[in-house]
Amino acid sequence: MNSILSILVFFPALAAMLGFVVEKNSARAYGISIAAIEFLLSLWLWISFDSTSGAMQFVEYIPLIKDFGISYYLGVDGISLFLIVMTTFMTLIGMMSLSIKTDIKNMIITLLFLEMTMVGVFVALDAIIFYLFWELSLVPMLYIIGAWGGPLRVYAAIKFFLYTFAGSLIMLVGMLYMAYIFHEASGVWTFSITEWHRLALPIDTQLWLFAAFFLGFAIKVPMFPFHTWLPYAHGQAPTIGSVILAAVLLKMGTYGFVRFSLPMFPDASVMMILPIAILSLIMVVYTAMIAYAQKDIKQVIAYSSVSHMGIIMLGLFAMNSIGITGSIFQMISHGIVSGALFMLVGMIYDRRHTKLMSEFGGLASVMPKFALIFGVMLMASVGLPLTIGFVGEFMVLMGFFIVSPFLTVIAGTSIILGAVYMLALFKKSFFGPVTNDENLKLNDLTGTEIAALVPLVIVVIWLGIAPSPMLQTIDKSVNNTLILMSHKAQLPETKNTIFIAPQSTKETK
Amino acid sequence: MVAPVTVALSELNLPTLAPMLIAIAGALGILIIDLIKGNLHKSLFVMLSILILLVDLGAVAGLTVGSRGFFDLMLIDGVSIVSQIMIIVASILFIPLALTSKRFHEFSYPEFFALFLFMIAGFQFMVSSDNLILIFVGLETASLSLYTLIAMHNRSNSFEAAIKYFTMGALAAGFYAMGSAMIYATTGSIELSSVAQVLNAQLSETPNILLITGGAIMMLVAFAFKLSLFPFHTWAPDVYEGASAPLAGYMSIVPKIAAFVVAWRIFGLYIYLDIESVQWIIIALGVLTMTLANIMALVQDDVKRMLAYSSISHAGFVVVALALGTTKGDSSIFIYYSLFMFTNLGAFAMLWISRSKKRNFGNRFDHPYEKFAGLIKIMPMGAVVMALFMLSLAGVPPFSVFWGKLYIMSATVDAGYIWLAVVMGLNSAIAAYYYLKLIVYMFLKDPVKDLNVVYYNISKPLMFMIGVAVVATVASIFFVQPLISYITEMVSMSAYTVR
Repeated sequence: MNSILSILVFFPALAAMLGFVVEKNSARAYGISIAAIEFLLSLWLWISFDSTSGAMQFVEYIPLIKDFGISYYLGVDGISLFLIVMTTFMTLIGMMSLSIKTDIKNMIITLLFLEMTMVGVFVALDAIIFYLFWELSLVPMLYIIGAWGGPLRVYAAIKFFLYTFAGSLIMLVGMLYMAYIFHEASGVWTFSITEWHRLALPIDTQLWLFAAFFLGFAIKVPMFPFHTWLPYAHGQAPTIGSVILAAVLLKMGTYGFVRFSLPMFPDASVMMILPIAILSLIMVVYTAMIAYAQKDIKQVIAYSSVSHMGIIMLGLFAMNSIGITGSIFQMISHGIVSGALFMLVGMIYDRRHTKLMSEFGGLASVMPKFALIFGVMLMASVGLPLTIGFVGEFMVLMGFFIVSPFLTVIAGTSIILGAVYMLALFKKSFFGPVTNDENLKLNDLTGTEIAALVPLVIVVIWLGIAPSPMLQTIDKSVNNTLILMSHKAQLPETKNTIFIAPQSTKETK
Repeated sequence: MVAPVTVALSELNLPTLAPMLIAIAGALGILIIDLIKGNLHKSLFVMLSILILLVDLGAVAGLTVGSRGFFDLMLIDGVSIVSQIMIIVASILFIPLALTSKRFHEFSYPEFFALFLFMIAGFQFMVSSDNLILIFVGLETASLSLYTLIAMHNRSNSFEAAIKYFTMGALAAGFYAMGSAMIYATTGSIELSSVAQVLNAQLSETPNILLITGGAIMMLVAFAFKLSLFPFHTWAPDVYEGASAPLAGYMSIVPKIAAFVVAWRIFGLYIYLDIESVQWIIIALGVLTMTLANIMALVQDDVKRMLAYSSISHAGFVVVALALGTTKGDSSIFIYYSLFMFTNLGAFAMLWISRSKKRNFGNRFDHPYEKFAGLIKIMPMGAVVMALFMLSLAGVPPFSVFWGKLYIMSATVDAGYIWLAVVMGLNSAIAAYYYLKLIVYMFLKDPVKDLNVVYYNISKPLMFMIGVAVVATVASIFFVQPLISYITEMVSMSAYTVR
C-alpha cells in the first residue's frame, strides 16, 4: 500500500470534517475511535516499514505547482517513523484522558485537525508542504489554548502564535533563498528536501541559511533565549493542550534540525556546535534551576520539559550516530513521559482545581495508584535505568562525550538536577502526613484514567528494557544522514568531526 | 488647403477598442432602459451589468497579444489583457453584492450601474495604452465615476469620503499632469515607447538627471496617491470607512490593479534604464508603506478600518515587486492581486452582510470588533468563513494570499534583496496580530449584546458570492500552477518598450 502516508495525513482531517455531523454526546467516543484507527494505521506503517533500509520509504510524489517546483512529496524514514507513531499514540491517549466537558465536540474536531498537521509535518519531504503543515498546526493549538485555557488564555495563545509565526517566516525566506540557490546551480526549481540534501553550499551561504532555519526551529524547540512563550502556553493551556504541545509540537523543532539543518548545512552545523552546545547547556542547567523554584506542579514539568529539550539539542549536534540516534530516541521518550506527567497533573487539577505544591502533601496515602504511576513517570523523566528516559539521555551523553568531555560533564548534571527538582516535587506533594484536609476526600484514579495511563507505563518500561529494535531502525537513517553530511562537507574539520560508526557504514553499503 | 486625410477602417484596428466600447454601450443602454420605464428593480440592472461584463470579458479574451490600434494610441499587450481580465472578474464578483436583503439607497438608482460600467471602461482604457494622455483620460473617467459611486451611499461620512477622495484625486491628477509635462519636456514625446528610446539615447550622453528623475518623482507622487502609499495614504482609511463595504473592498483591488499597470509601464521604463534612484525610492516607499500601515492597523477599533490599513500594507508588499524589474517580479504583481482579490472581497462582503441601518455599537463605527464577539455562537459558519479570510490575509498556508506572498518573496530573493524579503516576513508576522485579534473576538469571546445584527443583510446572492470567494481562497493550491504559467507567459509577452 503505497498511499499509506496520504491516508495517515488526511484520514484525521476527513474525520474531523465528518465530525461536524456527529451528535454532541457521542463526539468523544467518535474522537477516540478515529484516533485509535489512526494509531492502528501508524502501527501498520511501522510493521510494513522495511527496517533494513535507511532510505525514504512509501514515497509519494505528485507535482503541484510545476513552474515553481512545489510538489506533494511525502516519505518516511527511520527518523520520522517513530515520531509519527508517537504522535498518533499520544493523540489517542490524550483523547482517552480528555476531561473537558464544555464544547467537547469542537475540541475533538480541533484535535483531529491538529493530528493531521502534526503527521503532515513529519512525513512532508517538500519544504513548502512542510511549511504548510508547520504553520497550520498553530491554528488548532491557538484555539485549544484560547478557548479552554486558564484566565490569561488569550494572551498566552496569541503569544504562542505570533512567536512561532515570526520565526517561521524567517525560515520561509531561508527556504526561498535555498530554492533560488538550487535553481542557480541546477536550473530547476524545486523545494524537494531530498534534492536539496544533495547540493553542497559555500560556507558563508550555509551560515546564513543555518541562521534563518535556526530561528524557525529554535523558537519551536524552544531554545534558551526564545523559550519565554512556553511557560505561558503551558501555564494557560488545558491538559490536552499541554500534552500535545510537550509531546509533539516541540519535537517538530528538533525534527526540523535533523531533517533540514544538519544534512543541508553540514559545515555550518559543525561550526555551530559550540554556540548551540552552550545554549543547550544553559537550557539544561538554568531551566532546571527555575524548575526547582516553581510552586506550581505544572510549571515544574513545563520547565523540566525545556531542560530535556536541551539534552535533545545537545545530542543532535554531537555529529555522531550515537548522539543523534539517542537524541531521536529521547524525543520519543520525552514525548511519552512529559505527556504522561502533564496528564497526571491534569488529573489532580480536575480533582482539586489547584496545581500548587503547597496545597498537597501525603497524596501517596490517599491516592496510591496515582502516586505509583506518577512515581514511575517521574523516574523515567529523571532518567532512571530500565526506564525509557535513561536510554536516550545516556546515549546523548555518550555521543557528546566524543565531542567534548568537559561540556558532557556539565550536561550530566541534568540527571542530578532533574532528580533534585523532581524528587522535591514528589516529596512535597506525595509523602509526609496529609496536611490539607481537603486532600483526604480525594478519589483515586478512575477506570478511564487508568486505561489511559497504563499503556504509557507499559511503553515506558518496555522501551526502557528493550530499546534496541527501535534504535537500529533509527540508526540506519541517521547513518545515511551522517554519510551524506560528511560527503558534502567542504572543510576538513567538518569531516573529522562527523563520526560515522564503521560497522554500520558497512551495512548501509 | 490641407489634403484630406484618408484612413482605412481596418487600419484603426477597432477590435482593440471593442471591450471598452461594450462597457460604454452597456452603460448607455442601462440609462435608456431607465428612460423608457422607470422604477425597475435593482436585480434587473445587476443581471444586465453582469451580462455586459461577460460580453466584455469575451471581447477581451478575443484580443490578440501585441496589437496596436487607433493611431497607435491603444496598446494590447499581455499585461493589458491580464489586467483587463482581472478588472472584469473582480467587477463581476462585486456587482451581485448589491442584491442585499435590505434596501440601500444607491442601488435603487440605475445611474449607479451606468457609472459603474463607465468606470470599468475608464480602467480598461488606463491599462491598454502607453500614451500618457489617453492614460490620463482613462484615469479621470474612472476616478470621477468612483467618487460619485462613493457619494451615492448617502451617509454623511460617505459624502466626506467622496470629497476627500476627490480632493486627493485632483491633487494626484495635478501631479500626473506635471509629471507628463516634465517627461514631454525632456524627451519630446508622450508615447512611453518613444520616451524610452529617447531617454536611452540621452543616458548614454550627458543626461540632465534632475529633469529625468524629476518627472519620475512627480509621477511617483501621483501614483503614490492612487496606490495609497506612505506618506500619501492618509485618505484611504477614511474613504474606505465612508464607502459601502463592498465598494471599499472593490477599491482596494480594481483601481489598484489599474494603477499598478500604469505604474509598471512608467516606472518599469526607469528601472529598465537602471536609474537606481527611482528604484530605491520605490523600495523605500514599499517598506515604509507596509510597516507603518501595519502598525496603524494594530490600533484600530473598527474592523473596516483595520482592513483598510491592511489593504494599504498589502499594496506596500506589491509595490516592492514593482521595483525589482524582473519578469518574475512583474508577474508576481498580478499573481498576488488575482489571489488577494477573492479573499479581500470576501472579507469585505462579510462586513457587508453585517451592515445595519443604524449603528448598534456606539456612534462612531459601523463594524467595531465587539460586534463580532462570539460570532461562533451566533453564526458558526460565518465565523469560520471570516476566520478563513483572516488567516488567508495573514498569509497562513495553504490559503490563497500565502501563495501570492510566497511568490513575491521568492521574486525578491531572486533579485538579490534578501533583507527586503526578511522585512516582508517580519511585516507578515506583525500583520498576523491584527487578523488574529478578529479571530480571537469571534471565537474566544462571548457575544456582547443579544442582537442578531451580524447577519442583518444576508441574502442568497451574497451567500453565493461569499461561497465563491471561500472556494477560491481554500482551493487556491490547485489553480496556482495554471495561474503562474498563464500570467508569466502574458507578462513576458509585454515587451513594448526597449525591454
